[in-house]
Amino acid sequence: MNVVEMRGIYKYFSDTCANKNVDFSLRKGEIHALLGENGAGKSTLMNILYGLYTYDAGTITVNGARVDMENPATAIRHGIGMVHQHFMLIPQLTVTQNIFLCAKEAGFVLNMPTLEARVEEMNRRFGFRVDPSAFVWQLPVGIQQKVEILKALARNIRILILDEPSAVLTPKESDELFSTLQSLVREGYSVILITHKMQEVLDFSDRVTVMRAGEVVDTLNVSDTDAHALANMMVGREVFLQRQTKPQPTGEPMLEVCDLTVKNDKKLDWVKNISFQVRAGEIVGIAGVDGNGQLELGEAIAGGRTLESGSIRLCGKDITRSSIRRRLDMGLAHIPDDRQKKGLVLQFPIKDNILLSGQRSKQYANGFFLNTKKIEARTRTLVERFDVRPTDINLPAGSLSGGNQQKVILAREVDRGGKVLLAFQPTRGLDIGAIEFVRAKLVEERAKGAAILLISTDLDEIRSLSDRILVMYEGHITGELPYNAPLEQIGLMIAGHDTTTIEKARGDVQ
Amino acid sequence: MDQVSFFLAATVRMATPLMIAALGLVVSERAGLMNIGVEGTMLAGAFAAFSVSAFTGNYWLGILCAMLAGCVMALLFAFTSITLRTPQIVIGAAVNMLGSGLTAVLFRKLFFDAATGGIQVATFPALPIPLLHAIPILGSILFNHNVIVYIGMLLVPALWFIMNRTSTGLKIIAVGEHPRAADSMGVNVFRTRYAATLFSGVLMGLAGGYLSIAQANSFNVDMTGGKGYIAMAIVVLGKWTPGGVAGGALLFGGANALQMTLQNLGLGIPNNIIMMVPYIVTILAVLTASRHRVIDAGAKGIPYIKV
Repeated sequence: MNVVEMRGIYKYFSDTCANKNVDFSLRKGEIHALLGENGAGKSTLMNILYGLYTYDAGTITVNGARVDMENPATAIRHGIGMVHQHFMLIPQLTVTQNIFLCAKEAGFVLNMPTLEARVEEMNRRFGFRVDPSAFVWQLPVGIQQKVEILKALARNIRILILDEPSAVLTPKESDELFSTLQSLVREGYSVILITHKMQEVLDFSDRVTVMRAGEVVDTLNVSDTDAHALANMMVGREVFLQRQTKPQPTGEPMLEVCDLTVKNDKKLDWVKNISFQVRAGEIVGIAGVDGNGQLELGEAIAGGRTLESGSIRLCGKDITRSSIRRRLDMGLAHIPDDRQKKGLVLQFPIKDNILLSGQRSKQYANGFFLNTKKIEARTRTLVERFDVRPTDINLPAGSLSGGNQQKVILAREVDRGGKVLLAFQPTRGLDIGAIEFVRAKLVEERAKGAAILLISTDLDEIRSLSDRILVMYEGHITGELPYNAPLEQIGLMIAGHDTTTIEKARGDVQ
Repeated sequence: MDQVSFFLAATVRMATPLMIAALGLVVSERAGLMNIGVEGTMLAGAFAAFSVSAFTGNYWLGILCAMLAGCVMALLFAFTSITLRTPQIVIGAAVNMLGSGLTAVLFRKLFFDAATGGIQVATFPALPIPLLHAIPILGSILFNHNVIVYIGMLLVPALWFIMNRTSTGLKIIAVGEHPRAADSMGVNVFRTRYAATLFSGVLMGLAGGYLSIAQANSFNVDMTGGKGYIAMAIVVLGKWTPGGVAGGALLFGGANALQMTLQNLGLGIPNNIIMMVPYIVTILAVLTASRHRVIDAGAKGIPYIKV
C-alpha cells in the first residue's frame, strides 16, 4: 500500500527547473532511498512533500487522499515529518522546548516537568538518551539529530524523511541511526532516506528511486540492482574513478620548499622542517589525517600564513617573503580547502568570481576600468568548458551546488595559466560526477606540464592522482611512497607508524 | 533621608518610560526585528496622548490613543520590513524622522500659542496603593506613583513569563533565532513577527504617552530627547531579558534622577556638566555590556523569505 504518492511534480527556481515531472511513491513500512548527485533535486522534492517549498504543478496524495501541501503544518497534520540536513533546531531553546515548539498538546502555558517527562518516555521507547532540559547549542550533532527525530515522533508522524542523515555523523553514530530507522520501520513507520552514499542504499534500504538533473531515472527494488548499475544511473554514464594518469617525464622543479617551519593559530610549531619539490608535469600528493599540518603548509605556500623559518621557491625564484599578489602573478594557482569561505564570494555572480584576482590583467581590464564584455565572454567560454550548471553567469555563486562552485574555482585557477597548482581537498563533499570532473581536469593540467601539489585526506584520491606520495604526520613528512604503494602501508604511516618500520616491512616483502 | 527617598522615587519614575519602551524592544528584537524607530514611535505616542487628553480631558482615552499610535507606527515598520523586506535600519530611521516631523508640525498647527508657550492637559494623578504606600521609606519609593508606573512594574514578570513559560514565547524566540526551523515546525513566521512588532509598538506608544501625560502635563517638540535610543542601549545592557531590562532601566533612571537631585542640592557644579550624567552612564554601560557574550537573536534584521 502506498502511503505517499507524488505525481507530475514540477518546481522552478526562477528559470531553473529543479523538479521536472517527478513521480514518487512510498510504501508503508519501507525504507525508500532517494539517490542522486548533489543538485539532482532530491531535497527539493522532499521539501515539497514536507510543505516547506511551494510547487508549480503536480499532485500529492497521502494515505489515499489528495493533500494540498501548503506548509509544514499541513504535512505534520498528515503524519509527515522531516529531519533536514542542516538541522532545524533553535539553539537557544532546550531539547524539550524544541520538541514541543508549536505542538498542540503543549498548550499556551508550558508545563515543563510534564513535557520533559514525555521526552523521557520517548527516550525509553526509542532507545535514545537525550537530556530533555539541555540547551540544543550544548549538544553534539549526533544528539541533535536524535532531537530532530524525536521532534517528528512527538507529533505522531508515521512518515519520516531524512535528508543526508549520515553526512554529519561519525561511523558509530550512523550505525546507531540506521538501527533506529530499522526498528522504526518494524513498528510500521515508513522512511524516506535522501542520500548520495551508495552503501546506505545497498545496506539499509528496501527500494531506491534514482534522480538525475531534476528527473526520476527509475525506481527499483534494492535486491534487484547493484552499486555499479546505480552509479551509472546516478551519473548517466559509465563512472570511472580509477587511475587515469599515464607516466610522463618530469621537468624542472617548479615548487621547492626548504626547511619550512610554520606555526598554527595557537602559536605552536605545526609544520616542522619540511622540504620537498614538485616538478613540472607531476602531481605530488600529501597524505595525512586532518590536523597534521597540511592546512598550515598549504596556507604558507599560498602566502596566507607567515613562515617561522625556511624558504619557498616558485619557478626557480624565491617567494619566501613575496605577497600573495606577487605569487599569483608568478604563476601560482590555488584551490583552497574551503570553497565557500576562501574560494568564492558567494554573493557575487559567477562572472565576478571568475574575475577575482584577474581584475588587473589585460584580459579583463583596460587600466582602471573593467571590460565587462570581455569578462562576460570569457566567463561564458569557461562555464561551457568546465560544464558549470546552471549556465547563467549572473547567478550568485552561492546558489550553485558544491560541485559547480568547485568548477567555478577550478575554471578561474586553471584559466590563469598557472605553472604551479596547489589543490587543497579539491573534491571534499562533492558527488561522483563532480569528483570525476575535477580529477580529470587536474590530470589534464599535469599533462600540460603543470606542477601540482595535491593535499588531501582522501587516500583513494591521493592514490589515483599522485605520481609520488608524501605522508604528513604531526607536522613532519614521515615518508615518501610511490603511487602504487599498498593502501595498508599508507594507512599505517598516516596513523604515525614511523617509516623505518615500514621500510623494514617493505624490505621483508621484497 | 528625604533626599535619598526623593532620589529613589524619582529613579523609579524616570526608569518607567525607558523600561516600558525597552520591554517592547525585547519582544520585537527577540522575534528578529531591529526596530530603531523607537524614538519616533514614542513621540507619536506622546503626541497622541497629549492631544487626545487635551481635546477630551480624559487621560485614559489619551493613553489608549498613545498605544494605538505606537501600534500604527509599528505597523508601518512591520509592513515595510517583514512584507516588503526593506532594510530595517533604513525604515527605523524613517520612522524616527516621521515621528519627529509629524508631531512637531501637528503640535505647532494645533496647539502652539506664542503667549503661553503651550497648554497643559489632564494627567494621571498619583495613586497611592492602600496600606502599602504607608510603609516607611519603601512606600514612598515604590507605591506612591501613577498607575502607568505600576503597569510597568507588572509588565516585567508578565513578559518574563510569556517569553519563558508559554508557547507564544517559544514561537517568538524561534522566529528570531532560526525562522526556517520555526516555519518547518508549523510556526507562522510572518504572523508571529507582525504580532511581536505590533505589541512592541503598543509598549513604545505607552512609554511615549507616559512622558506627556503622566510624567509631564504637556507636549514639547522632540520631548523624548533620546530616550528611545537609551531604551535600545538598555536592551543590550539587559541582555534581551525582561529582568535585565528592568535593572538597566533603573540604572538609567537613577542617572537621570541623580542629575535632578544634584541640581536640587545646588552644589555649585555647572548644570551643563550635571546634565551629562545620563549620557555618560549610557556610554559606560554599553561599553561594559558589549564585553560580555550576548544572547541576541540569530536572525535579527534579516527578512524571512518563503521559497
